[in-house]
Amino acid sequence: MGYFLQQLINGLTLGMIYGLIAIGYTMVYGIIGMINFAHGEIFMIGAFIAFITFVVLGLVGIGWVPLALLIVLLATMLLTSVYGWALERVAYRPLRHSPRLAALITAIGMSIFLQNYVQLLQGARVKPLQPVITGGMRFLEGGEFAVTFSFLQMLIIFVTLGLMAGFTLIIHRTALGRAQRACQQDLGMASLVGIDVDRTIALTFVLGATLASVAGLMFLLNYGVIDFYIGFLAGIKAFTAAVLGGIGSVPGAMLGGLLIGLIEAFWSAYFSVEYKDVAVFAILILVLIFRPTGLLGRPDVEKV
Amino acid sequence: MREAAARALAFDLAGALKDAGLVAGIVVLLTIALVGFRTQDASGGAALSYRFEDVFAVAALAFLGRLAVALLRAHRPRPVLGASVLFALALTALLLHGAETRLLPFASAPFNWTIAIAAWTLSARAAWLLWHSASELSAEARDALMDRIGARVQRSAGFLGPLLLVAAVTLPFLPWADRRLLDIATLVLTYILLGWGLNIVVGLAGLLDLGYVAFYAVGAYSYALLALYFDLGFWTCLPLAGILAAFAGILLGFPVLRLRGDYLAIVTLGFGEIIRIILLNWYEFTRGPDGLSGIPRPTFFGLPITRTPPEDGHSFHSFFGLEYSPIDRVIFLYYLALALALITNFVTLRIRKLPVGRAWEALREDEIACRSLGVHPRNTKLTAFALGAMFGGFGGSFFATRQGFVSPESFTFLESAIILAIVVLGGMGSQIGVVLAAILLIGLPEVFRELNQYRMLAFGMAMVAIMVWRPRGLLAHRDPTVRLSDHGPPR
Repeated sequence: MGYFLQQLINGLTLGMIYGLIAIGYTMVYGIIGMINFAHGEIFMIGAFIAFITFVVLGLVGIGWVPLALLIVLLATMLLTSVYGWALERVAYRPLRHSPRLAALITAIGMSIFLQNYVQLLQGARVKPLQPVITGGMRFLEGGEFAVTFSFLQMLIIFVTLGLMAGFTLIIHRTALGRAQRACQQDLGMASLVGIDVDRTIALTFVLGATLASVAGLMFLLNYGVIDFYIGFLAGIKAFTAAVLGGIGSVPGAMLGGLLIGLIEAFWSAYFSVEYKDVAVFAILILVLIFRPTGLLGRPDVEKV
Repeated sequence: MREAAARALAFDLAGALKDAGLVAGIVVLLTIALVGFRTQDASGGAALSYRFEDVFAVAALAFLGRLAVALLRAHRPRPVLGASVLFALALTALLLHGAETRLLPFASAPFNWTIAIAAWTLSARAAWLLWHSASELSAEARDALMDRIGARVQRSAGFLGPLLLVAAVTLPFLPWADRRLLDIATLVLTYILLGWGLNIVVGLAGLLDLGYVAFYAVGAYSYALLALYFDLGFWTCLPLAGILAAFAGILLGFPVLRLRGDYLAIVTLGFGEIIRIILLNWYEFTRGPDGLSGIPRPTFFGLPITRTPPEDGHSFHSFFGLEYSPIDRVIFLYYLALALALITNFVTLRIRKLPVGRAWEALREDEIACRSLGVHPRNTKLTAFALGAMFGGFGGSFFATRQGFVSPESFTFLESAIILAIVVLGGMGSQIGVVLAAILLIGLPEVFRELNQYRMLAFGMAMVAIMVWRPRGLLAHRDPTVRLSDHGPPR
């Protein structure tokens, strides 16, 4: 029981991180119908910027953890969102009216570029970070397995839920959200009624990059080590989450992220750690075969 | 004419300066963290070193470049020409002189050379504009021009193909063909083979496959395992590897081929990763990350190409009474790769004219129409998938025999991405395009092997640049294999 509960907590934390990345995939796919392949690298860049900010703060001497975290969070969100914007501007906007495969190739090209860019600038070795937030609450101390719910995990879940709430508000209550939903339904029509489509798409990339950067920060805090290659696997898993939840649907992305996190945690705990990624991909394949629209997706009717 | 153009494009200096400043600001935001600071491992935590001068240099160059582009757009080539020629001359002179590194914008030579080349390109653009006034090619005109070139190359495939073939066959006997060149050529041929194989799936059948490397891996490991466990030779294993890879293709394709577009892409990607993870973790069978070594080399009709002949027979050179030379094996592998690639090409070209090949192309264009005409989509796609996988398997077993060693490291997603990039950059469905793209993407970086660190950086950038410049591929020219033409009966 205790072991199960511990895995549940670990899986939820992991799922929150995947969910945040998955939102970026699902939004971009919803609007321009394209896999933003470089989104995983944006997440990786977020983690690196967070790491560098931590080191800089450590040298400057800001040691009070809440303040340091706030500064890191803001700096990471700001600087990474610029990457999201630049990515869209360089690799996607020129191809807006081209075959979809072309945009996929530029996305893969950007992904290769960004990985090597970070490797060149920051080195190929893993970057370790001292634990920033320590301690936690312990349950079931008397049982055969004591459960730890660390403050870090609480923070991750809390921040993610907060971001989700804020994000849902943006989508449903603001002019930008309305423009996004309009673009999702019909790009051409949206531009006819006076929506600046280019700006909406750019802002979608910025929002997605912001969320991914927070995920990067949390990944850094949670695992304590990062390297230039983390974006690939996290990106694929987050995309799996987006597909699982039904691509194009924001609550679906979050749900899919949670499920992927839970599957990964439980599979590692009860079966084998080596094959946890195989489990995730196998589930992706199964979902697509039996329910191609995902859990919360709308059926996609093909018209002649 | 020029006056009219100039009047129409009144130049807004303040606006251009503001715009360039904005670009420079964005560049600063992009680079301040990742370029400005470098984290280094130190005892008891991370240490930092600073590179703010690089941030400043990038931002300043971005500012100047943006301003120059704005001036060119407004047909003011004179100041751009003067400034960029001066800048390019100064930079090139400094670089060639090879001293006084303080004056150069960056610490590393490749970046400086890139900047110098960019400056020369800018001056060439400005000079062009100065002499041809407003006759700059518009994007559409440029695209149409490239389309015409693509069409002409396709049409002249009749004599271009044999020409290339002759060049390929005589390559090992050319005076400057040393071992290094042949190795690169063999590598390029391997990618051409893989590109042609994937072209069946992506270019002809229109199925986006991001996990092609899985079949490459199946082929390589099939040969390696069969040779090591059952002591089979290359020529027995080659067809077996192809068949096994085709089976893997059918196994994957059967459930997933009803998915469309991006879903199929991501499932194939997942499949590629699954294969790699299994190879990595099934230690008893595949020896995991250690890889399999001691894979036998191919023989020439049973004659091994080695220095010492086997005890009960001849080796290649002793049988023909030749002097042994270590380059023999390199040349042999080169011809083997050429033969495999040519077989792939031949099969593809012939099968395009069979009903199944036509059904592929029809499916690519319109699946619903095909279904109403009685083409079974899944089975038809499966044939394409299996055939593409088979050539992937051939490529894999050639890779295994050439290296003598396989490990899961060689079969990462990057490999799939490179092969797909070759197909798409070349112009989907174009056989000659694949050759061109493989030479560009594989041959060029190999030649510049010394710039190892910057190679993949440039590779990624080149993929983006080529696609932005030619979104449908370099030699894109999508002519159906059959068409009802106005000028006579269908060919």
